[in-house]
Amino acid sequence: MGFFLETLFGGLMAGMLYSLIALGFVLIYKASGVFNFAQGAMVLFAALAMARFAEWIPKWLGFESLLLANLLAFIVAMALMVVLAWVIERLCLSKLVNQEGITLLMATLGISYFLDGLGQTLFGNDIYSINVGMPKDPAMILEGTFEGGLLISKEDLVAALISAALVAALALFFQKTATGRALRAVADDHQAAQSIGIPLNRIWVIVWSVAGFAALVAGIIWGSKLGVQFSLSLVALKALPVVILGGLTSVPGAILGGLIIGVGEKLSEIYLGSFFGGGIEIWFAYVLALGFLLVRPQGLFGEKIIDRV
Amino acid sequence: MMNDMPQAVQEQTQGTGRRIGDVVLDLQNISLSFGGVKALTDISFNVREHEIRSIIGPNGAGKSSMLNVINGVYHPQEGRILFRGEERRRMEPHMAAEQGIARTFQNIALFKGMSVLDNIMTGRNLKMKSGLLANALYWGRAQKEEIEHRVKVEEIIDFLEIQDIRKTPVGALPYGLQKRVELGRALAAEPSLLLLDEPMAGMNVEEKQDMCRFILDVNDQFGTTIVLIEHDMGVVMDISDRVVVLDYGKKIGDGVPEEVRANEDVIRAYLGTSH
Repeated sequence: MGFFLETLFGGLMAGMLYSLIALGFVLIYKASGVFNFAQGAMVLFAALAMARFAEWIPKWLGFESLLLANLLAFIVAMALMVVLAWVIERLCLSKLVNQEGITLLMATLGISYFLDGLGQTLFGNDIYSINVGMPKDPAMILEGTFEGGLLISKEDLVAALISAALVAALALFFQKTATGRALRAVADDHQAAQSIGIPLNRIWVIVWSVAGFAALVAGIIWGSKLGVQFSLSLVALKALPVVILGGLTSVPGAILGGLIIGVGEKLSEIYLGSFFGGGIEIWFAYVLALGFLLVRPQGLFGEKIIDRV
Repeated sequence: MMNDMPQAVQEQTQGTGRRIGDVVLDLQNISLSFGGVKALTDISFNVREHEIRSIIGPNGAGKSSMLNVINGVYHPQEGRILFRGEERRRMEPHMAAEQGIARTFQNIALFKGMSVLDNIMTGRNLKMKSGLLANALYWGRAQKEEIEHRVKVEEIIDFLEIQDIRKTPVGALPYGLQKRVELGRALAAEPSLLLLDEPMAGMNVEEKQDMCRFILDVNDQFGTTIVLIEHDMGVVMDISDRVVVLDYGKKIGDGVPEEVRANEDVIRAYLGTSH
């Protein structure tokens, strides 16, 4: 029982981290109907900026406080993501108003390659570390209840809590505020949104900035876990099955999808692994997503796809 | 012909008790083309305050293009547009909204995932004053504002008699009701000029009667100026103060319904091809 719970917790916390990345996809999709292929590249770009500025800023200004360095690096990196959002809107999206989804998708694919290159040109292509003081040692809990207790990674726990808070805040923002409503309006219909006086370009800058913020938080958490390197942008691939499962248009869906995949991966690896010779963790999520595409293509919480003829 | 117009209009309005005012929108020699295709050729007409002005014509005559020119979606290559006496420079649709021009679409353009209430609330967008940050955080002022707007939106919901569906996602509503919700969203902006692109297309007789009543009520109670595209000739002749007729992107008739009905060109181009 203790072992099962340990696996379950591990899965939940890993799942929360997937949700965090999936959230970036959902935000942009909800607000502009664009499936943003560049989300992974944005995570990498933000993490690189964070890691490098945290290293450079103390040198430039001549101080040693880690907290201050991280804080300044976070602010600068966030500002950079806002500038990026503005540039993307100016040079790319504003030219593609009222275009097909597939056109916009291809545009984001281009942005993704560009960002990968730009990030590594500006910040270098080594492996960098982000140290925001995440606790690295595991904790033992419930020693009285189970024999041997439950071993829990503190780092994962903190990360999961941060993700949960972020996700909750964004869900409220979308559902309860007038700005959130304007964002949803733009997602549904560009033309109609313009006709009621919503300026598309400003909304897009906001959305991409918020997605940039989500990418930055994800980049910091994943970066401090795995190190900041090119492969970080591939973490986003893990988020694809999450959004398919949860539905591209649903913030709660992104959370639940992430949790299901996190838990499913871990449990299947432990309990089914022996039948398949192990390594299930790597492909479990994709098979699950494939199954969902066949049975329920809109995902668990996505809006039903109704075509009127 | 243009010069006789005010008189004719005056005569017509005496019956209804509405006061038709000065020209609010003046389109002069508008030409619009897409590549080599001419959508509109040298079209001039005006819209007076408080009137219901209809644009009719066979399919492909350029009616929707005309509306899109007024709305700022299309930018004509030639001609002048004067709105409230000021010549309009290059503009975007959201600027038209800022000037008090609201519209509905030929193919319903509602926010399908949202409820009826939320859809109409989006129409209040421009009236919302609190800043983005306050808004995002749902702070005191933004919250108070939200409630004020909600009151206004409830009035519109009552006006359009859609109280019982206010929480329904619009995607689940029948076509006729969706059209009504779209009108509601446009009204929520309290526009001075309302553009309706085939508000009665695809409706049954009863729904058409309802929609006619709403359009006349909007015009009468709120004094909203209405520019309307419609296929149903009966409806157009019944509710319009003045009608402009387009065919192949050219204006072939303009006047009060009786005049238009008697116009030879109109009969040939429009009525002649309609059966």
